[in-house]
Amino acid sequence: MPRKLPRKDVVIIGLGWTGSILGYELAKAGLDVVAIERGPWRDTATDFPPASAQDELRYAVRLDLFLRPDQETLTFRNNASQTALPIRNFVSFLPGNGVGGAGVHWNGQTWRFLPTDFRLRSHLEERYGKDALPSDMTIQDWPLSYDDLEPYYDRFEKLCGTSGKAGNIRGIKQLGGNPFEGWRSSEYPTPPLKQGYGATLFAEAARKTGHNPFPQPASNLSEAYVNPLGIKLGQCTYCGFCERFGCGNYSKASPQTCVLPALLRFPNFTAQTESEVTKINLDSAGKRATGVTYVDTSGQEWEQPANIVLVCAFALFNVRLMLLSGIGKPYDAQAGQGVVGRNYAYQTTSSVGLILKDKVLNPFIATGSHGMMIDDYNGDNFDHSGLGFVGGGYMGFGQTNARPIQTRPVPAGTPKWGAQWKKATAETYQRACSLATHGSSYSYKDCYLDLDPTYTDRLGRPLMRMTFDFHENELKMSAFLTDRLAEIARTMDPVELVALPRKGPYTLTAYQTTHNTGGTVMGADPGTSVVNRYCQSWDVHNVFVPGGASVFPQNHGYNPTDTVGALAYWTADAIRDRYLRNPGPLV
Amino acid sequence: MRDGVFQARTSRRGLLSSSALVLLLGAGSASARIISDGLPWSPGTATPPVPVRPGPWLFFTAEEAALVEAAVDRLIPPDDRGPGARDAGCAVFIDRQLAGPYGRSAGLYMQPPFMPGAATQGYQMPDTPATRYRGGLKALADHVKAAFAGKSFAELSAPDQDKVLAGLESGSIALPGVGGAQFFALLLENTREGFFADPIYGGNRDMVGWKLIGFPGARYDYRDWVERHNEPYPLPPVSIMGRPEWEER
Ligand SMILES: Cc1cc2nc3c(=O)[nH]c(=O)nc-3n(C[C@H](O)[C@H](O)[C@H](O)COP(=O)(O)OP(=O)(O)OC[C@H]3O[C@@H](n4cnc5c(N)ncnc54)[C@H](O)[C@@H]3O)c2cc1C
Ligand code: SF4
Repeated sequence: MPRKLPRKDVVIIGLGWTGSILGYELAKAGLDVVAIERGPWRDTATDFPPASAQDELRYAVRLDLFLRPDQETLTFRNNASQTALPIRNFVSFLPGNGVGGAGVHWNGQTWRFLPTDFRLRSHLEERYGKDALPSDMTIQDWPLSYDDLEPYYDRFEKLCGTSGKAGNIRGIKQLGGNPFEGWRSSEYPTPPLKQGYGATLFAEAARKTGHNPFPQPASNLSEAYVNPLGIKLGQCTYCGFCERFGCGNYSKASPQTCVLPALLRFPNFTAQTESEVTKINLDSAGKRATGVTYVDTSGQEWEQPANIVLVCAFALFNVRLMLLSGIGKPYDAQAGQGVVGRNYAYQTTSSVGLILKDKVLNPFIATGSHGMMIDDYNGDNFDHSGLGFVGGGYMGFGQTNARPIQTRPVPAGTPKWGAQWKKATAETYQRACSLATHGSSYSYKDCYLDLDPTYTDRLGRPLMRMTFDFHENELKMSAFLTDRLAEIARTMDPVELVALPRKGPYTLTAYQTTHNTGGTVMGADPGTSVVNRYCQSWDVHNVFVPGGASVFPQNHGYNPTDTVGALAYWTADAIRDRYLRNPGPLV
Repeated sequence: MRDGVFQARTSRRGLLSSSALVLLLGAGSASARIISDGLPWSPGTATPPVPVRPGPWLFFTAEEAALVEAAVDRLIPPDDRGPGARDAGCAVFIDRQLAGPYGRSAGLYMQPPFMPGAATQGYQMPDTPATRYRGGLKALADHVKAAFAGKSFAELSAPDQDKVLAGLESGSIALPGVGGAQFFALLLENTREGFFADPIYGGNRDMVGWKLIGFPGARYDYRDWVERHNEPYPLPPVSIMGRPEWEER
């Protein structure tokens, strides 16, 4: 029997990026808040100090900070004709675990979506006609506009101290920034990072070929910064141990460096770690959540009653919690009915590997969001007429490290071992670099999440099952983007160039991104969405999924977290200013 | 020795003594934790890496170790650029890894049913790295004995050793029950890990892997060199334990 705890105003499931933002905003509003986190407490000074943070084997290869599959994993299949098998070891994507969530070991690449992304279906149908989209593509408009979200993007970037150069301030184009981006109310909080040689060579090549390069927006700070919560971040040292690692320098924006020190000062906020929420509890009518049940590491079950439940468990686990708790109708792909688990999407990435002549690139001098990018081929920034696909992505030189267990390029055709391999490895390391494209992943009828019929977690609850493959639209897009990137790269005069457009089928065996999206999609129509425009459940009004990427109707050609953070602030405002006054459906 | 420094700093996180930290449950049950009223940080509570100690093999038998030492030295051979994998300590590295959590697949999802899947579904076998090495090394030793008139792998000439390794890589030497190509891939992966990981794990001795390619190791601050384009970085590598010349003698 679960032991019952005293009632709280708010219970937050998961203390990562969204959980810490919601915790801060609602504790500041005076509510009594508890955040329940399945992993351990983590802190810069104790868990990744600069004396031992730079350990490639421990953090990047053995994945010390990440979720262990024996605690929670998924099953996977490419399509419904296969039997899904468990992900026994995470490789393709790497969910976080512990206080800070994936915010501890993210890269810091901080991108806004395009204004047209928010009305994707309407925009594409207006420009290319209704027949231009494949019939099984289930993309839909967001229930809010870029203009609605702009102030919240601004808030998240100021929280992080994001480094970059604006390309569009209130409609006025800015030299050196991204000319395609939506308008910004202000310049980035800190100036762009310094650029290394490889990025500089790419930017020259991009300019020469008529493109518009700009520094990648980075929450890895170019200079010391005090954020609006009064917390000070340090200057990034380009250490090259960034994504998959905690930052020992307080330079990478994370819940640890941006929120927790201020949040933990509220006497009305409590964090409860090493406690996994197993279920959101509902009243007998199934219309109101009464709180959550969680289990601690001894196996003891606890019931935490609360007036508001915030699902902040990361995109994938948000969906699983909703499925396990019976909130919203599960998606049935065959019947094309139901919503929870629908529109799972990902990211379509690709690369172009280069070996340059007589160059010293010092590729190990890097940050998680280094480099120079172009946005000429993202979203609908270019005419898709006659191309046979929709969507796009940003691309450029963004190499984040050259840690030698995982990054050791050799010319094509080199044996994998022996004397020749050793010679090639030694001679290539300083001259090689990798360019990348970061493409959209639109949603489809047959890409979804549901509960697995066979495999369970250590508590005996069904694992979530992922059914996903790349579709022709995305593969054509990747081929097009990779061709454009290779054209630019050729002008860098490489001795070798290997273009690797994304090819199907989607495989778990190579890291791509941890940009899993959809499953509790936000929308204007309860028939095709799980939450409304305030990230509030249509079915249970005191349950919110405040901004995790599970609310994205599809994924666009950018990293998700700027939008995740913006939606977290947007939802926090809606709860504080509207829901508390009049608890009930906000739409 | 700097080992002492690491040891002194190793204390269980469960022993955090900050007053901000209260155990939720009744006495003695450290199974969840409530944190409020400020950050629960107190100095000296990290879980820093524990450096590998020299000494006898922890996982391998003497025969297994001889085979592994000979094999890794063909995968990454010594040459005029520097030592090979044997002198770099790669066999020690693999031995310590197999004796630890990696060797027993700690943290991985190991629940049945185990079924062969599509390649896209990732590794689906129940065998841990430790079992794979135990079986793979035995099968390889047996194969060599049969094919080379009773000799062991370590006794073969370098060209013969290379022939055996190439046969494993291509799958032409099958290693029944283990999979020659799969075992080769695992051995190669672990050898490279050992050659390029921080020396605290027993391989990359004297940072030879890093010196080979020009990787400065655990340095953490390149602010003065980001914009020195096309100029080689001037400082030698450091490990998490520092550099040999920093040690007290
Ligand atoms: C290696 C890596 C690199 C990345 N790089 C970038 C990048 O450059 N740019 C970008 O935009 N995004 C990046 N991301 C993605 C980014 O980290 C996420 O978008 C972001 O952290 C999502 O915030 P969240 O609050 O939804 O989830 P998280 O920050 O992951 O927090 C969720 C928390 O919930 C906890 N939790 C889950 N289930 C339960 C449960 N049942 N009970 C209790 N607690 C639970 C988890 O342990 C976790 O702490 C990266 C991710 C990874 C892994
Ligand atoms: S690259 Fe910069 S932000 Fe990233 S971990 Fe290193 S110092 Fe921190």
